Amino acid sequence: MEKDFEKIFQDKIDQEIKIEPKDWMPEKYRQTLIRQISQHAHSEIVGMLPEGNWITRAPNLRRKAILLAKVQDEAGHGLYLYSAAETLGISRDEMYDQLHSGKAKYSSIFNYPTLSWADIGAIGWLVDGAAIMNQVPLCRTSFGPYARAMVRICKEESFHQRQGFEILLTLGKGTEAQKRMAQDAIDRWWWPSIMMFGPTDDESPNTLQSMKWKIKRFTNDELRQKFIDVCAEQIKVLGLVIPDKDLKWNGSTGHYDFGKINWDEFWQVVQGNGPCNKQRLETRKKAWEEGAWVREAATAYAEKRKQKQAVTAA
Amino acid sequence: MSNTEWPLWEVFIRSKQGLDHKHVGSLHAADAQMAIENARDVYTRRMEGVSIWVVESQYVHASNPAEAGALYDPANDKAYRHPTFYNLPDKVKHM
Ligand SMILES: [Fe+2]
Ligand SMILES: [Fe+2]
Repeated sequence: MEKDFEKIFQDKIDQEIKIEPKDWMPEKYRQTLIRQISQHAHSEIVGMLPEGNWITRAPNLRRKAILLAKVQDEAGHGLYLYSAAETLGISRDEMYDQLHSGKAKYSSIFNYPTLSWADIGAIGWLVDGAAIMNQVPLCRTSFGPYARAMVRICKEESFHQRQGFEILLTLGKGTEAQKRMAQDAIDRWWWPSIMMFGPTDDESPNTLQSMKWKIKRFTNDELRQKFIDVCAEQIKVLGLVIPDKDLKWNGSTGHYDFGKINWDEFWQVVQGNGPCNKQRLETRKKAWEEGAWVREAATAYAEKRKQKQAVTAA
Repeated sequence: MSNTEWPLWEVFIRSKQGLDHKHVGSLHAADAQMAIENARDVYTRRMEGVSIWVVESQYVHASNPAEAGALYDPANDKAYRHPTFYNLPDKVKHM
């Protein structure tokens, strides 16, 4: 019986028919999606923190309004994704609890600090850029609610990357000090950004199953290569450099070769030893705990109004 | 963790006067008014809507996907419900 269901399920996937929340699905598919979508949601939410750091110190009103809008978008992305995950049977509170207890992960990139205004440029260009590279294929992922959330998100992301690039472009045309600041930001964000695609293909055992279920459409290494190829061209417009002396066009592969990635650093940050892991999690927990009275008051107020309405109706 | 989660609401948005409200997603809110305000912030930051409906998710009743075959099958063999079923001479105009 279970076998028949699995066959019907895989047939649907093969025919590019989307899976919806109430359809039968293998338990492993459900669990994989809950993990991936909630992790993605947590990343959007935690991702607001490094940028939020610069809202009050944006160099002018235009930049401040843009950064505010971007950070607000990221909150929205988190919310779209949390609700997509909830359709799979996990509650919002359970997901928050997993984040706060450290059981759930979020993208390691957000455990790096934002030291200067140029970091906001580098994040938009590189971090949002890498996220877009990951997210565009997810618009065709096999689970309906996830795919629909991603369509919404991708529409909003492109301004994020463009505003970041524009910041770097402006700094790149500025004084020597501004140029140095932009280069320093790229130097610090480049390697963590290309780590965002995750471990190499031979180190990611779950990729095969995810591709078969069409949750994923490309492997980590394929996406990383695409991203590097694009950035290697874009950097020329900025007149700055990517901090990789092995980065070089390879005519025979039709791609850029690149240097060795420091996976040791990657795993250190994943395991909680990045520069800001502790601070990020504490900020989230504090916001959740200190917001408790607001949630309770709103519930009490709604309850009271409901009772009043019931009385007038009677 | 706090005592209880706010209820879940389904959000429907009319993108333009004259069009249907369309399901766009869901969110949590303590009551209907808050659900509408949150829907505005979450789902219409780029003028995606001119009207919002919210319905508490627990009140949505849905057909069962496992019964989809039996439920929609009877429509399959009634091709005569479609205009292309009828062969008329080409000289008939405006029909
Ligand atoms: Fe985002
Ligand atoms: Fe973004």
